[in-house]
Amino acid sequence: MRYLPLTPDDRSAMLGVIGAGAIDDLFVDVPAEARLPGPVPGLPLRQTEMAVERHFSALARQNKAASDHPFFLGAGAYKHHVPASVDHLIQRGEFLTAYTPYQPEIAQGTLQVLFEFQTQVARLFGCDVANASMYDGSTACWEAIGMAGRVTRRRKAVLSGGLHPHYVSVAKTMARFTGDTLDTATPDLGGTDMARLIGAIDAETSCVVVQYPDVLGRIEDLAPLAAACQAAGALLIAVVTEPVALGACRSPGEMGADIVVGEGQSLGVGLQFGGPYVGLFATRDKYVRQMPGRLCGETVDATGKRGYVLTLSTREQHIRREKATSNICTNSGLCALAFSIHMTLLGERGLRDLAALNHARAVQVADRLAAIPGVGLVNDTFFNEFTVILPKAARAVVHELAARGVLGGVSLGRLYPGVAALENGLVVAVTEVATDEDIAALEAALKEVLA
Amino acid sequence: MNAPNTAGWRPEMGEAHIARDETFTGNRALMLEERLIFEIGDTSTTGVDIDPAPAALSRLGSLARSAPIGLPGLSEPETVRHYTRLSRQNYAIDLGLFPLGSCTMKHNPRLNERVARMKGFLDVHPLQPRETVQGALAVIDELAHWLVTLTGMDSVAMSPKAGAHGELCGILAIKAALEARGEDRKVILVPESAHGTNPATAAFAGFSVENIPATEAGRVDLAALKARLGPDVAGVMITNPNTCGLFEPDLKAISDAVHAAGGYVYCDGANFNAIVGKVRPGDLGVDAMHINLHKTFSTPHGGGGPGSGPVVLSAALSPFAPLPYVKRDADGSLRLVEEETAGEDQPESFGRMVAFHGQMGMFTRALAYILSHGADGLKQVAEDAVLNANYVLRSLEGVLDAPFGHSGPCMHEALFTDDGFAEGFSTLDVAKGLIDEGFHPMTVYFPLVVHGAMLVEPTETESKAALDQFIGALRSVAMRAKQGDPALKSAPHFAPRRRLDETLAARKPVLAWKGDQGE
Amino acid sequence: MTRYFTQDHEWIDVDGTSGIVGITDYAQSQLGDITYVDLPAAGTAVKKGDAPCVVDSVKAASDVYSPVSGTITAANDALGDAPELVNTDPETGGWLFRIDLSDAAELGGLMDKAAYDAYVAEL
Repeated sequence: MRYLPLTPDDRSAMLGVIGAGAIDDLFVDVPAEARLPGPVPGLPLRQTEMAVERHFSALARQNKAASDHPFFLGAGAYKHHVPASVDHLIQRGEFLTAYTPYQPEIAQGTLQVLFEFQTQVARLFGCDVANASMYDGSTACWEAIGMAGRVTRRRKAVLSGGLHPHYVSVAKTMARFTGDTLDTATPDLGGTDMARLIGAIDAETSCVVVQYPDVLGRIEDLAPLAAACQAAGALLIAVVTEPVALGACRSPGEMGADIVVGEGQSLGVGLQFGGPYVGLFATRDKYVRQMPGRLCGETVDATGKRGYVLTLSTREQHIRREKATSNICTNSGLCALAFSIHMTLLGERGLRDLAALNHARAVQVADRLAAIPGVGLVNDTFFNEFTVILPKAARAVVHELAARGVLGGVSLGRLYPGVAALENGLVVAVTEVATDEDIAALEAALKEVLA
Repeated sequence: MNAPNTAGWRPEMGEAHIARDETFTGNRALMLEERLIFEIGDTSTTGVDIDPAPAALSRLGSLARSAPIGLPGLSEPETVRHYTRLSRQNYAIDLGLFPLGSCTMKHNPRLNERVARMKGFLDVHPLQPRETVQGALAVIDELAHWLVTLTGMDSVAMSPKAGAHGELCGILAIKAALEARGEDRKVILVPESAHGTNPATAAFAGFSVENIPATEAGRVDLAALKARLGPDVAGVMITNPNTCGLFEPDLKAISDAVHAAGGYVYCDGANFNAIVGKVRPGDLGVDAMHINLHKTFSTPHGGGGPGSGPVVLSAALSPFAPLPYVKRDADGSLRLVEEETAGEDQPESFGRMVAFHGQMGMFTRALAYILSHGADGLKQVAEDAVLNANYVLRSLEGVLDAPFGHSGPCMHEALFTDDGFAEGFSTLDVAKGLIDEGFHPMTVYFPLVVHGAMLVEPTETESKAALDQFIGALRSVAMRAKQGDPALKSAPHFAPRRRLDETLAARKPVLAWKGDQGE
Repeated sequence: MTRYFTQDHEWIDVDGTSGIVGITDYAQSQLGDITYVDLPAAGTAVKKGDAPCVVDSVKAASDVYSPVSGTITAANDALGDAPELVNTDPETGGWLFRIDLSDAAELGGLMDKAAYDAYVAEL
């Protein structure tokens, strides 16, 4: 077998050194009745590299890839062009096949990348400090709610109706077990729920969670909400699922958010049918000891040279055990690397240009779709994603568009099944990958389906 | 800090500087220093060409960004060089043996990378209509089937993002099952040798954690466990093979006793590599076990993640499994069971743990690995992993204290202690000495049940020649620790950095670069 | 003023119903370099054996148990910038918190210096 270097001669020589007669002598602790007599029943035997590749090629062909079609899906995962160098660099074995940098003298590569990543994320979000990444945006969001509970010693979180419904579901799952109270709502097409959020803050409120841009693509000034939170001793948590937006829009940190979390997938990582992605997590310096997740910090070595280590690890499970800030013991290292490389390639100028292009493209598409009879635009404001109301249920329209080779958006019926007021809503994301031909194809197909 | 070393070499110094390790650049031939992007880049540089934006009226309202962000850019050649230079400061399994106990640092096949990057998997959105993603759903369904087959369990929850997330999934399933029975059991029993995630997870779910004592032979004390069982015990979390590298021979008896007392058995599957293809946890009475795809099934560790932690479940816990999961309909097509149909398909589900459907990019890799090995290859994986660990154990027990060496063979990892080192010499010194020998150190100071633990997991992808060289190196370093070689106290000498000051890092945390902000 | 010691290596200086609590020199030597002290807020009510304070070293976080019941009245804010005081001056300048005792009888269960020194010598 190509992954196993030992030869039969090696194996018998080694058994000799060990003093065992046969390999099964090493499995004596396994009760005989638990030992399988032969290979696991039902699983085929080994296959060549070529055969396995053929199997996957056949399965891959059954999927419609985003780059092969006019593509306009967003709602928490975005298609951007990832420069070729990103994928080349993350496949270097020294990054790909390294472990968590627990031995910093031989892990300075990973550690310096994490230090740079933390700084990039903190700056993008307008915060003092960021961690070395989390599983994804949805788990980062729940971790932020948990952290707000530790900071404020309160247990009630108010969630905006504009927060991605999967993120709300994750928080509901966790809150059921931790005993936190969540005040939730479905989105209102008539406007954001800023007034509801401000009105819901009371002396028991640990945090308000608001998405920016929200799940319908709307953007709104968070400063009044931040002020209301601060006045009541609650924290404002902002969730960013499309970090490219912050190349064009003010950051939540600038507007007073105490914790900013996000999904970093749109830079460097790719769609990957939902994972692995990379959770972003940033906050104020004063809350850093309550922050979950790994942190990399600067220090010096025995000769005074600058270097980096994992630090403040007494917050973490391998030391605190049942008193840890979180049970998480992994970050999304390779995805954080991809995010960081893509951000370095862009730089501030590239990020701003990219954001400007996304926004302009989205404005074009929004105007053209809104001009189709029966179609209405929900958003007053948006970045690269907006919601239109169709004259019929959007779910069926999405399937009909797909049948015409157009991946046209995410229906609110898929995100909010059973909510009649939302079933005609279609969330459309437009990034730099959409060509003029793609946009024309979407417009034509939608006209045809609605005719 | 790493700027040209003006205090370094000058012509009049001749060869004297060589001993002092000083060069103009701070580099040492192939060992290249690399400054931060914030020091070498600037905000007006970009390495990407972007089409100009067409004219359009802004819809950003009052929220258009005015303040600078402070994100430096590099040109493409500089970017490639920056990250390539940094990569060379890392140790990696591609470079050599990486015997980190409990972490299963095995070879990462590049076939896995190739299939994960096929456009039909890499470039598919999680919310695409189901008819456009049947192949992606088929990968999840097929991997799920083989994981259930290999473990002898009833079902598998695929969405957990990593091992600890999988633990949480299993514990939440147990909690949901108890709630459905109308019981409020509060206690989870955990052995002292457990991974720190176990008590952290149980505590997160609102359980109180009590320790189970171990026997002299490093196993769970069955009698003590039985004595503690009762109506307040929700379950046990057991690692098998355990973190001392030993199989728990009483696991079936433990499971029977726990079940008889109304509790559930969670098995930490971090060490499944030792028994994959040989033993099915389902046959031992396990109710839930997470599988680290990045350990047993060779998906890359990536410098600390992403992981993937599917959880196999017994029939008793399957009804409580999280959303979403993949289901095959009568017409043969695949779909995701999400909140919408949970009422019919999975009414007792404890809910969603994550946006979308789990670590697809890891599923393709793990499935490629399973299919490559097949049932016969995976059995050989477990046997070679155990053979290699026992070879290390028996080759080194003469020079290093092996606390459980007398109790028989180990499984996939060999445990040693610092007993017998010279005064003032510790496990940490041995670890740093191994770095100079060109190896990544073993896991140190874990498990906590022995003093100065050194946990060596060679894995099955090491040749005998590689093992022999490692054994020779560790023997040499261990002898230096026993004899008190002062040079070992200051190791590593040949790594990109000498020992780093972790106390300074924790006392005065510097977690982001602020060099342009006057600090 | 009288100094008492616990088996968990805290000391308490008692003056009337007021006490000052810290960890012993032996404790700091076992913990290694202290990197952070999580201090209790004034006004916190504690019972004997509660852990209102946590002392972090690089690789460990150790609870500090209150030797007596009472109400915390102050904490040693100097440790915020200089946690190393717990290492360099554990039994004076590195004190952790002040407490108003609610039950002076609890002191009866604690050790005096001679007893504590003998206890440490046995460890």
